[in-house]
Amino acid sequence: MKKSVILGTLTVAGLAAGMASAATLDDVKARGELICGTNTGLTGFAAPDANGVYQGFDVAVCKALAAAVLSDASKVKFVPTTGETRFTALASGEVDLLVRNSTWTYSRDTDLKLDFVAVNYYDGQGFMVKKDLGVSSAKELDGATICIQTGTTTELNLADFFKENNITYTPVTVADDSEAQRQYTAGACDAFTTDASGLAATRATLADAENHVILPEIISKEPLGPVVRHGDNNWGDVVRWTFYALVAAEELGITAANVEEIATTSTNPEVKRLLGTEGDMGAMIGLDKDWAKRAIAVSGNYGEIFAANIGESTSIGLARGLNAQWTQGGLMYAPPFR
Amino acid sequence: MAIVADVPKDGFRLSMLIYDTRFRSITIQVVVLILFLLGVAWLVNNTVENLAAKDKDIAFGFLWNRAGYDIGQTLVPYTNDSSHIRAALVGLVNTLVLAFFGCIFATILGVFAGVLRLSNNWIVGRLMTVYVEIFRNIPLLLWIILVYVVLSETLPTTADFRQSAQLIADGLPPTVSMSFGGTVALTNQGLNVPAPFFARGLGQISLGGMTISLNTLLVFAVVIGSFLANRALRRNAAKVQEATGLRPVIWWKSLLILFAPIILVCIALGLSFDVPVFGRFNFAGGISIAHAFTAMLVALSLYTGAFIAEAVRSGIMAISRGQSEAAFALGLQPGRTMKLIILPQALRIIIPPLISQYLNLTKNTSLGIAVSYLDLRGTLGGITLNQTGRELECMLLMMLIYLIISLIISSLMNLFNSAVKLKER
Repeated sequence: MKKSVILGTLTVAGLAAGMASAATLDDVKARGELICGTNTGLTGFAAPDANGVYQGFDVAVCKALAAAVLSDASKVKFVPTTGETRFTALASGEVDLLVRNSTWTYSRDTDLKLDFVAVNYYDGQGFMVKKDLGVSSAKELDGATICIQTGTTTELNLADFFKENNITYTPVTVADDSEAQRQYTAGACDAFTTDASGLAATRATLADAENHVILPEIISKEPLGPVVRHGDNNWGDVVRWTFYALVAAEELGITAANVEEIATTSTNPEVKRLLGTEGDMGAMIGLDKDWAKRAIAVSGNYGEIFAANIGESTSIGLARGLNAQWTQGGLMYAPPFR
Repeated sequence: MAIVADVPKDGFRLSMLIYDTRFRSITIQVVVLILFLLGVAWLVNNTVENLAAKDKDIAFGFLWNRAGYDIGQTLVPYTNDSSHIRAALVGLVNTLVLAFFGCIFATILGVFAGVLRLSNNWIVGRLMTVYVEIFRNIPLLLWIILVYVVLSETLPTTADFRQSAQLIADGLPPTVSMSFGGTVALTNQGLNVPAPFFARGLGQISLGGMTISLNTLLVFAVVIGSFLANRALRRNAAKVQEATGLRPVIWWKSLLILFAPIILVCIALGLSFDVPVFGRFNFAGGISIAHAFTAMLVALSLYTGAFIAEAVRSGIMAISRGQSEAAFALGLQPGRTMKLIILPQALRIIIPPLISQYLNLTKNTSLGIAVSYLDLRGTLGGITLNQTGRELECMLLMMLIYLIISLIISSLMNLFNSAVKLKER
């Protein structure tokens, strides 16, 4: 009798623990802080600056989300995760979302019980080698030692690429980008492979960047984007549409500087719906009217974030390419705010 | 006792479970057992509930799926088309190889350091003290990384071995050339040595997915046979010595038995060496030992060796001084005293802590991921876990495997211990 009562209580407690993570939006609001899983340090995407404050392309998405949900872009706690720990950290509820150059794949979306809500950077895997090796194509890398970050899709793509081209390599499996960079600069591996954006970011931090080349081959599709736990659809919607608000803002010409002005003067119905001057779109995802306005005001629209962190004027120098707006021949396409 | 005898036989009351000393200990044990089982049940229940809440199940079927990744050091045949379980096996073999050599080197080092620390020579004794204290008191991970970084940052890069177009134009050789007559190359990526191979093969046999070369088997059989024959020879010599007081001269017979058969076999099979040659980026052919392995081996041996040295020292110090004094009185040299009198007795005290050190070393191989050494933790508990997302299954399996390895080492060492321990008759 007594035993069954105890077991019953335990079961309820166990279920309650399971349920607790179901409403992330409420948790974040109650906590007053957004916990965002990021890279351990990838310049331009997510890395602490000289003052120890996280800056970057992925960080900006977290800040915009914090502004939308908590009305304060500074209320974000960044939890650095490695390729190995990131999905466990997300699944266990240690972080509310992951914005960490994570590739959207079928098995991660289904079997790992994750939801990739959007793609904030369309990427592909590339190779970086020292210029004096005289390599001009990845297909010439037969017999090379290659540094590869473990727990990533790149690990599998690499194996597939070499197999397909019938050439061999020696993998040096490292835990994170910084270790890969150390091994690569020490010459412990001939080539370093990861997403092309990551290569550009790594190359930008090398003292002798001009002595390293990124090979032309892009051997995979790497759609990188914010990830949330499967099953909490409302939170997924909040993250997805906060990101699309930034994309739509670029398309509609709304910037950090003019967002207040446009909100009062614009007559474009879509702008008015997005910025909350017409209708109440925010209520549909459990937020207030001005959520998108706050998100855009933090670091601007998608284009501004791109240009400020990884664009051609920065040391990383990435072109928009696939990440241009659909009107410019790219893949950035926000569904209508209606 | 009188009280117990006076207990009236009016049956069993519940309060006796607590107040009667005959039942109390059983009561307590039963209660503790129930609490323990409840604790276990709660953990299991909690896990199952939470997995169910996340819509996940526990299944080991993924182990037979294609792994899809490559491993640097593969001592059993493996490609990225092999299964995850195969990758785990590759990792397990890497773990065992490292643990095996680590235990051997750590023991040799530990015994020497332990004996020398007791040396009457001031410098030698202090040097060994410094060695033991430094290695015992700094975390192993730091040693592993230190050795690895030193190896990979100080040795010549593979690029230095390259004959670039510029050098050819200038008529100069590469910056660094291979050592030992162009057969061995030590680069910042690893050590490349010639690989022995047999020109005439006896073929291979397949055993449950593993192909074993008959040549290797033959070589092993011949070596073991030679050793056994040599032992028989020595035993026979000892017998003759005991009977006649004269020890027959056997050194040349011994050498002949040890080396002639294996040399003959090697000639018969056409032994030759595959010398590493510099390819486009790195050395191809031969055997390449990555620095990850070397660093792990060196750091593990030095670190565990320091602990073994202490075990050896304590074992030696536990032997009464009278033993060595008696040996000296018989005219034995200090070296022979140590080898014949002290160490055999000290062994009884040394072996139990030695078992713990072997277990520690084996488990510490799981730090290999720090220097990209893909052991069991790196394959099954690293890449497989990540690519499949089966954390719980991989962790449970890995814990089980480490447990089994440790229990095997432990029972082998216990067997050895019971063989050398003091025989009480």
